[in-house]
Amino acid sequence: MGMSLQQIVFGVLSIIAIISALGVILSKNPVTSVLCLIVTFFTIAGHYIMLNAQFLAVVHIIVYAGAIMVLFLFVIMLMNLNAEIEPQKRNWLKYAGAISGGALLLVLLGALREADVTPIQPGSADIGLISNLGKTLFNQYVVPFEVSSILFLSAMVGAVIIGKRES
Amino acid sequence: MPVQYYIFLSIALFCIGVTGVLMRRNAIIIFMCVELMLNAVNLLLVAFSKMWADAGRVDASGAQIFVFFIMVVAAAEVAVGLAIIVMVYRNSQSVDINIMNRLKN
Repeated sequence: MGMSLQQIVFGVLSIIAIISALGVILSKNPVTSVLCLIVTFFTIAGHYIMLNAQFLAVVHIIVYAGAIMVLFLFVIMLMNLNAEIEPQKRNWLKYAGAISGGALLLVLLGALREADVTPIQPGSADIGLISNLGKTLFNQYVVPFEVSSILFLSAMVGAVIIGKRES
Repeated sequence: MPVQYYIFLSIALFCIGVTGVLMRRNAIIIFMCVELMLNAVNLLLVAFSKMWADAGRVDASGAQIFVFFIMVVAAAEVAVGLAIIVMVYRNSQSVDINIMNRLKN
């Protein structure tokens, strides 16, 4: 049984995503972690395109790779952390964290392995196009939209106040 | 293609994020792992949205609106969180989270 093109693309994107996600948590240098996380975000954007969420893919790249990760890189380079080595004391805590994460992985895999859900078809649906999403957003979800604008305003004020140097 | 594949991928990414939060001591890396967990959940929401759209539901794009709001909240969280990290670094010259146990007393 040959693999379809969709499965090949899914496999390649997933392998790159998991390897670069492991690179985030295993690399010593924070700048390498940021670059690995950007690669992970691009593969997730590829998954969005495969799942007919074209608008979300574009927004994901703009917001995460364009804004959030640039902010992380700014902070890391501003504080000159890019060669920092973490102190190696309390190594058992690190092993305990890894074992806990692996145990959570096993529990979730065991719980959802037999989940009975319908398969998705490769055909195209127009749910992810911007006109459809815009209609849904401004008809059904207009109140959460306004609330999120208030959240943004308060986050902006909060960031300025926290970051302000006390005189 | 079974939607289980997307469930497994999301579980893997989410658990990598949890492991990173538990293992690392650098506050910035911990923050990035939180972003990774949020993205795993977003991917699962988009996969289920596609699944329901294939099943003929007309309101399947609601899940993508949810993903949109999660991105909004993540952006606000990053702005405030990085401001806090910069302040901690300015006061103690370190982003090691063991520094922050001085809140205990």
